[in-house]
Amino acid sequence: MSDPKVIFRGTGVTRRFGRGKNLVEAVKNVDFTLTEGQITTVVGESGSGKSTLARMVLRLLPVSEGTLEFNGTDVTTITGSARADYWKDVQAVFQDPFSAFNQFFTVRRLLSRSFRLLGERAAAEARMEEALNHVGLFGADVLDRFPHQLSGGQRQRVMIARALMMQPKLLIADEATSMLDASLRVNILNVLTDLRDTLGMTILFITHDIGQANYIADQVLVMEHGEMVEQGPADKVIFDPQHEYTRRLLSDVPRLNQSA
Amino acid sequence: MTDSPSRAANARTRATGLRLLDAHNLTAAYYTPEGNRVVAVDDVSISINEGEVLGIAGESGCGKSTLGAILSLTAREPLVVEGGTLEVDGKQQRLGPRAKVQRTWRGSVVSLLPQGAMNSISPTMRVRDLVFDVMRAHDRGVKRSEALDRARDRFEELGLPARALDAYPHQLSGGMKQRVVTVISTLLNPRLLIADEPTSALDVSSQKALIDMLLQMLDNKIMSGVVFITHDLPVLRTVSNRIAVMYAGKIAEIGDAEQIASEPRHPYSAALLGSVLVPEPGFRNKRVKGIPGSPPNLLNPPSGCRFHPRCGLAMDVCTKEEPPEVGDVLRFSSCFWTQQNPGTPVPLDRVIPSEEATMVETDRELADQLAGAEEGAR
Repeated sequence: MSDPKVIFRGTGVTRRFGRGKNLVEAVKNVDFTLTEGQITTVVGESGSGKSTLARMVLRLLPVSEGTLEFNGTDVTTITGSARADYWKDVQAVFQDPFSAFNQFFTVRRLLSRSFRLLGERAAAEARMEEALNHVGLFGADVLDRFPHQLSGGQRQRVMIARALMMQPKLLIADEATSMLDASLRVNILNVLTDLRDTLGMTILFITHDIGQANYIADQVLVMEHGEMVEQGPADKVIFDPQHEYTRRLLSDVPRLNQSA
Repeated sequence: MTDSPSRAANARTRATGLRLLDAHNLTAAYYTPEGNRVVAVDDVSISINEGEVLGIAGESGCGKSTLGAILSLTAREPLVVEGGTLEVDGKQQRLGPRAKVQRTWRGSVVSLLPQGAMNSISPTMRVRDLVFDVMRAHDRGVKRSEALDRARDRFEELGLPARALDAYPHQLSGGMKQRVVTVISTLLNPRLLIADEPTSALDVSSQKALIDMLLQMLDNKIMSGVVFITHDLPVLRTVSNRIAVMYAGKIAEIGDAEQIASEPRHPYSAALLGSVLVPEPGFRNKRVKGIPGSPPNLLNPPSGCRFHPRCGLAMDVCTKEEPPEVGDVLRFSSCFWTQQNPGTPVPLDRVIPSEEATMVETDRELADQLAGAEEGAR
């Protein structure tokens, strides 16, 4: 096996909101790397800066300080068409599958809109079918449906399929499973692990649930109040946590067995 | 993790043998614009003892929240309660199309903490204004200062900062908002609090804080019982005495929380437990399977046992006849398999059929069904 390749690197990433008395440092001087073909999970409680970090990686929010590097190129300040090109490689799925849809668009129209970014319409149908198959759906079943005709789990899978239309190298899933019930959640997580295993996709998965992190992550980053307090291989962080905050997060997780 | 066993043990002693609530034969249906009748809660009877937390589990669309709406007497069109009785402290309340609900019951006998309650504080109002509104709705003559004093005492009693009363909702964190709304919904000391998904939008640390607060409220006798609705089984195991697992408008199994979590007697409970992810070594690099498909459309529920199309243990009889309730009023499982194998926990590996390919096919018809169910809900 060759050395795992670092596909994304953040160095000294900082994000401040407000100014003067209201200044909030949402992300403080964070260093991290994402390894190609791995699932990296960011865990932390609400307000710890997880989503801010994800939005910066997506380049939806400018960083206040620090640099972001994708595949060796600096993407910290790219704008316009360079940023559009970046989005061909980096795509995201967000938390709420119920509000992320335009309710007047069929799935077909939703998916075909992503071709504005790609610029070639001809391959659209084939790519749609392929993207849907990756998440366990068939075009004939869902393409002509409206969002209200899909279940929560199906919607989130369509959202993942939309991200896959670009055949991205990096997929960011920000709390993508939080609004689904436990059984659907497992199915979506399985879709993500399949993407990693069959397409070699790199995934940045954001969650507050260590149980989910434990299930799918190769690497875990723990954030507390904007600081990265612990990072490392999932086994090590979850079963041998060094930082007190990680231990507290783990101890707050409700268990099914008393012995655990 | 260290104190959860002791909290669970506390919960056990907190419960007394006295009956707080008996609900008999609750039936409620949604009426769709096309005139269809979708029975979301079908002839459900439950009992809660004084000091007890009853958890209600199940997937989305199984009737959990509808049951909460019936118990809290807040059912509204298109949901119509068609029959049943509530009995609290020996006082009977008949439910049905023509039954009158005494106004005093809502808020002071049963109180609802609805789903997403933390977002129900008006963004232009301070928390204290909401407190006054709630108190005034039940007692026209209440003075502003009295209402606030009562809330302030309650906040101090439960260890919440009293300054939260002067805050606007955007100044509070999600966990704090949820705790504040919980306290406000119990200002009138209801006998029974119905909490609908109170922890689902919170992170684990805020979840724990809310659960601790609820248990403390029970200890302080602010209310005498809680119905806790969630799909999160690990949360239910920590907070509740008994768990009722609902499927397609009926109770599949009801039993002690510990027993349901470790030795479920209904295939559906076992399947739900099977999809729970906890941070333990056993879950690394293992493929956990969700339950294939989704709950049935209640417009045409499956014949016999409603879980049989998704159940790996289904037999011929399951498709034809209603399953029997095996057990007593407080602990039972409605399942033919359990009847034939008394005292045996359900083998999880046999409940979820192993081949995955089936699930994509079923998705098509399930989407149809779901579309129907959602229309029903509107």
